[in-house]
Amino acid sequence: MTEHQARKLASLTTPLLLIALLTAFVLLIDAFGDRSLGRMAAETLIRVTLVVGFWIFAGNSGVISFGHAAFACVGAYVSAWMTLKPAMKSLLLPGLPDWVAQAEWHVLPAAVVAGVMAALLALATGAAILRLSGIAASIATFAFLAMVNTIWANWTPVTGGTSSVVGLARYVTPWVGLGWASVAIVVAAIYGASASGLALRATREDEVAASASGIDRYRHRLAAFTVSAFFCGVGGALMGHLIGVINPDGFYLSLTFLMLAMLVVGGIGSLSGAVVGVLVVSIAVEGLVRLEKGVTLGATQFALPAGSQEILIGLAMIFVLIFRSAGLLAGRDLILPAAWVAGRAKTTK
Amino acid sequence: MTLQLVFDALSLGGIYAIAALGIALIFGVMKLVNFAHGQFIAFAVFALIVPSTDAVAVMGLGAAPALVLVPALLAVGAGLAVASEYLVFRPLRNVSPVALMVASFALGVVIQNALLVIYGGRPKAISLWPELGKPVRLLGAEVPMLQIMVICAVLLVLALLAIMLKRSRVGLEMRAAAEDFGMARLLGVRANAVIAGAFALSGALAATVALVLVAQTGVADVRMGGQIMLIAFIATVVGGMGSLPGAVAAGFAIGAVSVALQAVLPIEARPFRDAFLYGLVILVLLLRPQGLFASASAKPRV
Repeated sequence: MTEHQARKLASLTTPLLLIALLTAFVLLIDAFGDRSLGRMAAETLIRVTLVVGFWIFAGNSGVISFGHAAFACVGAYVSAWMTLKPAMKSLLLPGLPDWVAQAEWHVLPAAVVAGVMAALLALATGAAILRLSGIAASIATFAFLAMVNTIWANWTPVTGGTSSVVGLARYVTPWVGLGWASVAIVVAAIYGASASGLALRATREDEVAASASGIDRYRHRLAAFTVSAFFCGVGGALMGHLIGVINPDGFYLSLTFLMLAMLVVGGIGSLSGAVVGVLVVSIAVEGLVRLEKGVTLGATQFALPAGSQEILIGLAMIFVLIFRSAGLLAGRDLILPAAWVAGRAKTTK
Repeated sequence: MTLQLVFDALSLGGIYAIAALGIALIFGVMKLVNFAHGQFIAFAVFALIVPSTDAVAVMGLGAAPALVLVPALLAVGAGLAVASEYLVFRPLRNVSPVALMVASFALGVVIQNALLVIYGGRPKAISLWPELGKPVRLLGAEVPMLQIMVICAVLLVLALLAIMLKRSRVGLEMRAAAEDFGMARLLGVRANAVIAGAFALSGALAATVALVLVAQTGVADVRMGGQIMLIAFIATVVGGMGSLPGAVAAGFAIGAVSVALQAVLPIEARPFRDAFLYGLVILVLLLRPQGLFASASAKPRV
């Protein structure tokens, strides 16, 4: 086995290690048997799906997108349209076309369709936005996010407007989340190792050199954008079915901020960074939310004011950027050493 | 009727232009897309009232006479911007523009939630200079006094800024830095002074926007800078990143288009005005991805 082959084989262990890490996390939480902890675990795994989806684009291309929360929004509503009971829909969403109003799909095909619709939307908008250079493209994705939010908040007959859509089937357990998170991780690893993924990372490292080598930056960015929107759409659908209630503002700036924070804290340069970032930030958020609700230490009641969670996460993000700008994992992946994978067989150069 | 529209377009476009300038100034000197600019605006709004979470706002600084209030508020905006530069962006001077942008986004969230903790989440009614709401007859149109004041103020700010940038030493250094920062430093421009100066100006411009917003809407809300900031971003992109005249021109253009859309769109489509606006902007960018007034330094040199 050549050194190259051994390295290639070793890189396959990254998604396996990450899935094992998440499985261990779910098993650990399961062992506690606590309901609110179980919910937190399910939410964390949904965020893994979202952030890994986000990473497929942002990590490989080096372009920050502020628009991925909009794909989650579209996904959540598509799944609600397909799965809600017809009686409920005629009450809440009278403007839906007939065949959608009558539909009462199983949740799995609905989640897939949610992802596909988000991906189609990404294909259409990305075709326009991704022609811009990096920073201008980021700003355009921000405009896209605001555009989707404006439409969703005002298109009342179809989206329910700013009032929430309620009654979604709450089927998402930590294991459902783990399933989708694993799919996202495997696809992200496959995309990252594909020719398109490599080409896209080349444009991230040096745009001019990459285009001089004949890489069509626009095409690869669009491919990554579309794949990444699929998982954000699915993540949004799962989010809706975890809480049972959706609202356009649940998929706006605070979700964008949280996804960015997770990616930055873990390190945008690697898939493992995305996953570790979600775990670390989710656990921190859970702790802070409990502190905001108040804890009793001995005889004194102690609570942080509401909003301090965002302040602390924001400060943590700034500190990470100042002192460890590549994130906790600094662009490295969790990986088994190539020598282990190759076994005893000596690697030849 | 049509004259009324012209006044609407000028006053709205003027605010957008001022906000866009605040963003373009900082982008010019340090390639930072400042996502905290909207929160600078919100901070300046809340600086007018006494800190408390009560539903009723008590005017603090806002009760002062205009001659004291305006300079003081500009100083508050400038102070906040300079403090952010010193604490957050100076340590990040050498990181990529993307990381800078993410840091400013985080800073914006921190400022917004700090306001939320101190002042509470509910919007508060505040009345600043209510006598300016009275309409005046001008050239056959009924125009609120405030609108005329806003247009005059915007023109004054733009004129002052143009004189400062063209005539003063700081202005010259700032323009040189925006053109080519490395070269400007080699020729003896002090980086820290120029960057701090750009932040101070940008903060003062944010405070100007805050004053106009409060006088127009009569509310203080922690989220109020966000929408203006988004439009200002769009104006800087449409105008060509880093071009100051481009940002101003695009700000006025977006104001005009949005007033025109409001007048032309059928009633049912009006809530979607902003969506149309953003869609239009994406169309413009498809035709001219580098913006209307692309600066020479916008393209990477090899």
